[in-house]
Amino acid sequence: MTAVLPTLDLDPFDPEVLRDPLPAQAALRDAGPLVRLPRYGTWAIARYAEVHAALSDWQSFESSAGVGLTNFRTETPWRPPSLLLEADPPHHDAPRTVLAKVLGPRALRRLRADWLADAEALVADVLGRRTVELDAVPALAAAFPLRVFPDAVGLAREGREHLLPYGDHAFNAFGPTDNPLVLAGNASMPEHAGWVADQCERENLAAVGFGADIWAAADRGELTHAQAPLVVRSLLTAGVDTTVHGIGAVLHALAVTPGAWQLLRERPELVRVAFDEAVRWESPVQAFFRTTVRDVPVGDAVLPAGEKVLVFFAAANRDPRRWADPDAFDLTRDPSGHVGFGMGIHQCVGQHVARLEAESLLTALLARVTSLELAGDPVRHLNNTLRSWESLPLRLTC
Amino acid sequence: MTTAARSTVRVAAKEQVADGVVALTLVDPDGARLPDWTPGSHVDLVLPTGDTRQYSLCGDRWDAHAYRVAVLREPAGRGGSAWVHDELAVGDLVGLGGPRNQFRLVPAPSYLFLAGGIGITPLLPMVDAARRLGADWRLVYGGRARASMAFLDELQDPRVTEWPQDERGLLPLADLLTGLDDGTRVYACGPAPLLDAVEAACPPGLLRTERFVAREQGAPVRDEPFTVVLDRTGAEVVVTPEVSVLEAVRAAGADVLSSCRQGTCGTCETTVLAGDPDHRDSVLDEAERAAGDCLLVCVSRSRGDRLVLDL
Repeated sequence: MTAVLPTLDLDPFDPEVLRDPLPAQAALRDAGPLVRLPRYGTWAIARYAEVHAALSDWQSFESSAGVGLTNFRTETPWRPPSLLLEADPPHHDAPRTVLAKVLGPRALRRLRADWLADAEALVADVLGRRTVELDAVPALAAAFPLRVFPDAVGLAREGREHLLPYGDHAFNAFGPTDNPLVLAGNASMPEHAGWVADQCERENLAAVGFGADIWAAADRGELTHAQAPLVVRSLLTAGVDTTVHGIGAVLHALAVTPGAWQLLRERPELVRVAFDEAVRWESPVQAFFRTTVRDVPVGDAVLPAGEKVLVFFAAANRDPRRWADPDAFDLTRDPSGHVGFGMGIHQCVGQHVARLEAESLLTALLARVTSLELAGDPVRHLNNTLRSWESLPLRLTC
Repeated sequence: MTTAARSTVRVAAKEQVADGVVALTLVDPDGARLPDWTPGSHVDLVLPTGDTRQYSLCGDRWDAHAYRVAVLREPAGRGGSAWVHDELAVGDLVGLGGPRNQFRLVPAPSYLFLAGGIGITPLLPMVDAARRLGADWRLVYGGRARASMAFLDELQDPRVTEWPQDERGLLPLADLLTGLDDGTRVYACGPAPLLDAVEAACPPGLLRTERFVAREQGAPVRDEPFTVVLDRTGAEVVVTPEVSVLEAVRAAGADVLSSCRQGTCGTCETTVLAGDPDHRDSVLDEAERAAGDCLLVCVSRSRGDRLVLDL
């Protein structure tokens, strides 16, 4: 308990680290279960066991002080805090209950057939007769969620171009506020945020959809009417970029892993495993902070009360202490238990939506595409929280 | 983590908290965290007698390692409460189902909590939540006599009114339920006659109740092995009490994803083609349970000999 705590002089938000975070994540894991990061006066947890424990232990690791570097106890958040991500029980209870129901597997059953048909239509649009080369980020990974999700929420047609930049900025803003990525996004943010706020109001949402379902829950008294627009906002913040990057991740993984596409064609029942394995392997959401409410044991160390700690999902998802051959994208492994969607009471409430989107698109592609390979060098899109592709050139053969 | 550990708890303490009422502190046998819960939740305790009884969680959810339930001795009951009072000992293991919540605290600017006797149990965590939420709240707690009213020592607060029937008579429901603000939510729990009277006197739309009687179970939770058929491959696997359906079907080669492994996230939902599910999750509502067409295989099981899954 008295040992000197490992300290690493690394900046997890440095552009070069964001471009290739794996060495920094390995260094954090190897340094110990709890590592001091003096660059931001914070700490990091990067090993699977301790990440899983910290995410589960909401009683010790609070979220209402913000899940980014900004400490809401002492600093002003850039927007009103989320009622889900940036809240603790008991405030968190009702919004979580409502959204879990609205986005639950039961509710999604009625969307399944439509989304598969949408995916088939999209795939038919982008594929030629034999071979096509395309940038899979705009053509597939972004196109499909943008085709189905805003409709499922019940958003107006006009203005949907605000969704991706808004989400991108929201996820950047979990990093340091003086970071170039945040500074670059600040100028256009009021416009995006204004549009998003308007879409959360009942009169701007379709009569049928996740948005209307949230307002209906407010009518039933399960939320207050003041909470409803902020719960809708959570859908729009966390429900678009993340799925785009998750789908980008699985397409990239399938393209660069020898034999993976063939195996999936032979065993299409593995599509759900493929997506979750990609979420483990890539961790589209890399990390969130928590804040300690008391001195908390982490491994054989003690994290003091009132400290911000970076809980590194991505590092945990490649921790060799938990995963055999963690850097391999392996369709034959069981990725269950990965923390790519988080864990515990804040575990991604939209995970079933993400899975259904990915399953729909992959199923449609598998039906037509006999081989899938890189057609050029993919280019990273940098974000303080998300790991994603700006461009993913693929060659699809029918 | 095995299913047996997940669905079994150890009695860590047993304490008389009022005349005819014992409080049990339940912990994971291996000292692990217990599944998260929210105010209004109940758990199923599966007693060695084969009986299953529902009890509201009435402890502190900020302690992830212990559940507390309180059990009233019911001489007219079916023997479950008597067994808990007379036979159950510290150190014993009991089966656990849930937690589930069918009595959720909804957000409101003010709350009126009405408790009758052992009906105080689900309201205790609600009072704590209302306090933390900064809501206006009031608790009126009736009971046969002061000595029969559990947890009075934890309710020393000017917003709590103690109403022992032998000193003050029946709860003055007409007064309590008149002139309520539209934003107030009334949570009532207690014996059926009290709830009937509250329902009759409460303005429409404000009231939420939980009937404090054990739900009838269609059949006792099965403790013998059963067979699961994987319809797509034709494989059959025997599920013994020590393993979950998830573990069994995975061992038989089915690629079922799971995440929370405590019946809360819904990831492992699997379509049921035939058979009679024993739902032990926190996801499905009553209608969904009744439909019987899906199963959260990480925790749920079978009532019958055979369950056919779309795997």
